[in-house]
Amino acid sequence: MRDVAVIGVGMTQFGELWEQSYRNLFVEAAAAAMRDAGVEKIDSMYVGCMSSGLFVGQEHVGSLMADYLGVAPVPAVRVESACASGGVAVRQAFIEVASGMADVVLAGGVEKMTDVDGAMATYALATAADAEYEGFQGATFPGLYAMIANAHMKKYKTTSEMLAQVAVKNHENGSLNPFAQFQNRITVKQVLASTMIADPLHILDCSPVTDGAAAVILAPVELAERLGKPPIRIIGSGMATDTIALHSRRDLTWLSAVEAATKRALEMAKLKIKDIDFAEVHDCFTIAELTVLEAMGVYKRGHAGPATKSGETKRDGRFPVNPSGGLKSKGHPVGATGVAQVIEIVKQLRGEAEGERQLKNVKRGIAQNMGGSGGSSVVTILEA
Amino acid sequence: MAQTLSARVWREQPQRYRMVANRCTRTGEVFFPPRIVAPGMLDAQFKDVELSGEGKVVTFTIIRVAPAPYSDLAPYALAVIETPEKVRLTAQIGDVDLDQVGIGMKVRFEFRRLYEDNAASVIYYGYKAVPAA
Repeated sequence: MRDVAVIGVGMTQFGELWEQSYRNLFVEAAAAAMRDAGVEKIDSMYVGCMSSGLFVGQEHVGSLMADYLGVAPVPAVRVESACASGGVAVRQAFIEVASGMADVVLAGGVEKMTDVDGAMATYALATAADAEYEGFQGATFPGLYAMIANAHMKKYKTTSEMLAQVAVKNHENGSLNPFAQFQNRITVKQVLASTMIADPLHILDCSPVTDGAAAVILAPVELAERLGKPPIRIIGSGMATDTIALHSRRDLTWLSAVEAATKRALEMAKLKIKDIDFAEVHDCFTIAELTVLEAMGVYKRGHAGPATKSGETKRDGRFPVNPSGGLKSKGHPVGATGVAQVIEIVKQLRGEAEGERQLKNVKRGIAQNMGGSGGSSVVTILEA
Repeated sequence: MAQTLSARVWREQPQRYRMVANRCTRTGEVFFPPRIVAPGMLDAQFKDVELSGEGKVVTFTIIRVAPAPYSDLAPYALAVIETPEKVRLTAQIGDVDLDQVGIGMKVRFEFRRLYEDNAASVIYYGYKAVPAA
């Protein structure tokens, strides 16, 4: 396998982008990534997208995006793993470059979610669960994570205040990110007073419905060095699956796919989790950030809530988590999310994060992206 | 919106109407919905069994914002329920004061109307949990 580096990054504003079309979102991010890399041609591309069929009535996304990016006839493949689609697109591009099949490969992600109403968006997202045995019964994504939260609260005495602290911290980070959908700070009191969506999760415990796209360009390290870009190397990549239905898991508080994907990525990098300086994790709901940190081995079971409350995961804490603002504040255009996580790690490692968001003395970062209620997860480790 | 092919509704009827599961004849593990291979055993043999209709709430939530087919029914209780056969499944809990739902609550399953697809004139039936007497 060849060593692989990220040589270019680009993303759109995340938000309710009424004036932007599905295709133009992707092309804007992809073109920005190519400009950042200083390349005019790519050899191959991957498009992470969860549900363009339900959101905008469009499939065959690889062809559409290669056409409008003006790079046809390059091979282009749409990658789908629900909300982990973007992270898996990066992984597939990594595999292609590492294998030697191609040199310059684009991995992008996109979702256009605001062309449908709220009930339809809720339905489209719920298709990431078991459609016949969860969705059919009336399960929603906030509902599935709410059931994880109630189980975690019962088992580990996690509180609604601890969950709220995740949202408060991520909004504080997002307030410094010009690409974020929500650049406002919030308080624990506001979270707890906000509308209940699925008990115990309030609306401010939930990531929003977002339009957006993100893209990265990968290349072999020796080519990156010739192009003169600070090469940020991908030193570990892992993916894993778990039961699609939450109810099939013996321990409803444990995300086995996250544990396995992290373990695989760390083994490839020949590192332990304590060797990593910071993380971007999949905080689709506040409880997710806590259960993910536990499954990744950052904290022992049941310890992520108290650690978050004591400030350990803030930008100046022991282990900064979601300096970008996370899905909660930056926004969650599902197919783009995993790519945007990798972009944040690259920016932090290059020293290019905007203003106060820049972390000090960071050399290695980890990105964790997740599909459904944890039915799939992909983890990427990057090093400056 | 949601697919309404009659074959799709029809083939799930044993599971949804009578809670038909299956048991691996080698390990005794019960699967719901029935599986055609068992984890790590491509040649597993199975025997159909009907679930007892009893269960206990393992975790729950109150859905206050519902997906499109259920929009008019919110708020409703949704739970992961474990049956005496050690099967776990997701179901709504009906006929209950939402404040009374909790982990450990005993329930039994009933055959109920779940929702209607007015555009396709299809009524969906299935199991719903209610508090055990």
